Amino acid sequence: MSFITINNQQSVPLSSIPEMTYDLFFDSNITLIENHEERHCVLYFAFRETGNIRLICCIADDLQHNILVSSSLVSSDAVLNSMAARNLSFEKFEREIHENFDIGFVGHPWLKPVRYAENRADKTKTIPDYPFFGIESEELHEVGVGPVHAGIIESGHFRFVCNGEQILHLEIQLGYQHRGVEQLFLEKKKLIQRTTLAESIAGDSVIGHTTAFASLWESLSGMSADYEMQYSRTIAQELERIAIHTGDLSAICTDVAYQLGSSVFGRLRTPVINFFQEWCGNRLAKGLIRTGYNPYPFNKALADRLIAVLDAFEPDFVEMNSELSRLPSSLSRFERTGTMKYDQLLSIGTVGMSARMNALNRDIRLSHPYGIYPDLNHVPVMKHHGDVYSRVQIRKEEVIQSVSYIRQLLKKIPDAGAAQEIPANLKPDSFAISLTEGWRGEICHAAVTGKNGELVIYKVKDPSFHNWLALALAVRNNEISDFPVCNKSFDLSYCGHDL
Amino acid sequence: MLSIILILFTSFFFTGIILRTKSITSGRKGPGILQPVSDVKRLFRKGSVYSETTSIIFRIAPVIGFSSVLMACLVVPFGSYKGIVSFDGDFIFFAYILALGKFFSIISAMDTGSSFEGMGASREALYSMFAEPAFFILIGSFALLTGKTSFYEIFSSLHLGSSITYMLGGMAAFVLIMIAMIENSRMPVDDPKTHLELTMIHEVMILDNSGFDLGLILTAGYLKFAMYGAIIADFFIGGLSLVWAVPLFLFIQFLFAVMVGLIESFMARFRMNHNPQFILALSSVSFLIFLGVLLVLEKFV
Repeated sequence: MSFITINNQQSVPLSSIPEMTYDLFFDSNITLIENHEERHCVLYFAFRETGNIRLICCIADDLQHNILVSSSLVSSDAVLNSMAARNLSFEKFEREIHENFDIGFVGHPWLKPVRYAENRADKTKTIPDYPFFGIESEELHEVGVGPVHAGIIESGHFRFVCNGEQILHLEIQLGYQHRGVEQLFLEKKKLIQRTTLAESIAGDSVIGHTTAFASLWESLSGMSADYEMQYSRTIAQELERIAIHTGDLSAICTDVAYQLGSSVFGRLRTPVINFFQEWCGNRLAKGLIRTGYNPYPFNKALADRLIAVLDAFEPDFVEMNSELSRLPSSLSRFERTGTMKYDQLLSIGTVGMSARMNALNRDIRLSHPYGIYPDLNHVPVMKHHGDVYSRVQIRKEEVIQSVSYIRQLLKKIPDAGAAQEIPANLKPDSFAISLTEGWRGEICHAAVTGKNGELVIYKVKDPSFHNWLALALAVRNNEISDFPVCNKSFDLSYCGHDL
Repeated sequence: MLSIILILFTSFFFTGIILRTKSITSGRKGPGILQPVSDVKRLFRKGSVYSETTSIIFRIAPVIGFSSVLMACLVVPFGSYKGIVSFDGDFIFFAYILALGKFFSIISAMDTGSSFEGMGASREALYSMFAEPAFFILIGSFALLTGKTSFYEIFSSLHLGSSITYMLGGMAAFVLIMIAMIENSRMPVDDPKTHLELTMIHEVMILDNSGFDLGLILTAGYLKFAMYGAIIADFFIGGLSLVWAVPLFLFIQFLFAVMVGLIESFMARFRMNHNPQFILALSSVSFLIFLGVLLVLEKFV
């Protein structure tokens, strides 16, 4: 066997991951992924091991519900054949490995820096010298937007090559939000510091990232979250989905200048995030999820409040959506704008909502269920056009679906379990991977521990890591004035990408 | 004289009413009616910042833009009362003095060397060009109907014949409202509220203007709205006495502002490449008016 099969949120000894030469590693992973639509690369990373570089590749199999992990040890000055040359979904991972460890990849389309990490190998490469793709022509013009934007959004630079109003090419250059999250996970030694760090990876996916972190930690310390903890995490995750999707619908309406939608969806989002305030004292749900215990057990009083919030929310939400999907002027902006084809989505490894917009079924809740998702019999919402309207529709239907899941869960509230003893040390020489389905898509955390149970590397992958490229491809041949609504309909994270 | 006073008066409230309408429809209380005036007053007290890449054109363009609108206001009559200036063919003067202001605002946007502003300038130029035939076919038809060639004479003799002219007036009001929306860069052609440079038309052209200059540009916008409102009102108040004409004028202006606010609340902006189609469709409405005039004059062979 050239790989080990593990489940989501399972930890295994590092030695049990088969190690092979790079050529075998290359063949094995390419064979796994090529012509297998149900498999995609969730994580491919490298770390230093006694002067060499160890590569670990994790391929998720959606039908078998498991993750196939393999590894290879290469010397630190290695020049390797690029897997991206065969399968584009490795493109960004190889760029990241190249940036951090200066490993060459032959045949890679263009080994540009990903995020200008603090600990990158080549410090002479700086953001001002980013090598943009350019097209030289008298007829074309370039438009640069950012990194400082007119709205209150994060920083990132968009470089358009346009033919008049038409976008021929868009390149998205990020890295301005880099804070060294992965490095901080190693430097901060206290669990509470690491938990707050996980909460701060992306402000709109607090639940997704913290659940991924907590599950990973529990797995590496040999604990298991009890039913009541899973229950609270699931309710929180679905509430986060409702809140952010509704807020995004409001922002999409703002971008097409539809004031009614903008203000109604904006108003609907507020009570949902305010419920988090009632529950745990923070509107973004920071502090709600902790490893090994549940600081804010869900109870009957909260359930009654939540039902009241949802009862007020749902009719207005449904009504506003039917208004929106009947309005000719908004439909004309949404339909056939920013379209992505199935093959494109598959080839670049798109995940989550952005994949489901055109029939690519990527939903961790179904493919690698965790917590109490198996009990919910989740059926992912799928759309088949890949345009802005599909993304609007997915949001609408997922919100309604999440509301029904929460209602279903609220029928039976479990009693709070006892707090568990958190072991001081993690399992030594282990590897664990944890996937959760945030509202944006699959969130992946992985860790490797050393011989005393200390962290050797902590890897975080936000869905935005793959999906930014989907946005760049989706806007091609669209009008440049439609870029904002395309961008908002993906609503990707800058800091989740930059870490 | 009366017309310029009334135009100045309504311009104080016009944008405020639009904003208030939009606030109410979105469930907010909204700013006071005079807030836009306070904004401009604040801007007038401020100094301007000029980019080093700009030349004298960028500095004079706001003043030229403002004075062109002011001069255009001078030829607008009030029903059967002349404007300050009135001569044969003054509607051609009206259209092209506005075009002069627009021309300067376009080259001033180009002057900044920003890729955004160049984009906005090209959009604005294109849409103004498409809107021009609609205006001329419209006013030309009424000139043909009345046999007169100045605003004052056209409006004062418009309703002397049959009452079918009121129907033509209604259609003319529709075309003029839409032209006013295009010229003022409002919905559904442009979104004045957006913060996204890539989707703007007029707003993006004035990104580099600040302080006093920006104040002038905004004031010109308020005036323009009231001016178009006045022309629309003129189609209906021609034969009335002052006692009726002044309240009707104010009512029409109010209705116009509320309508703009409602349009901006309850629909999304057009996709950019649908704008030319929409604007050209206005020309065809103008053409219908022209056919209507031919019908009235029994000039069909």
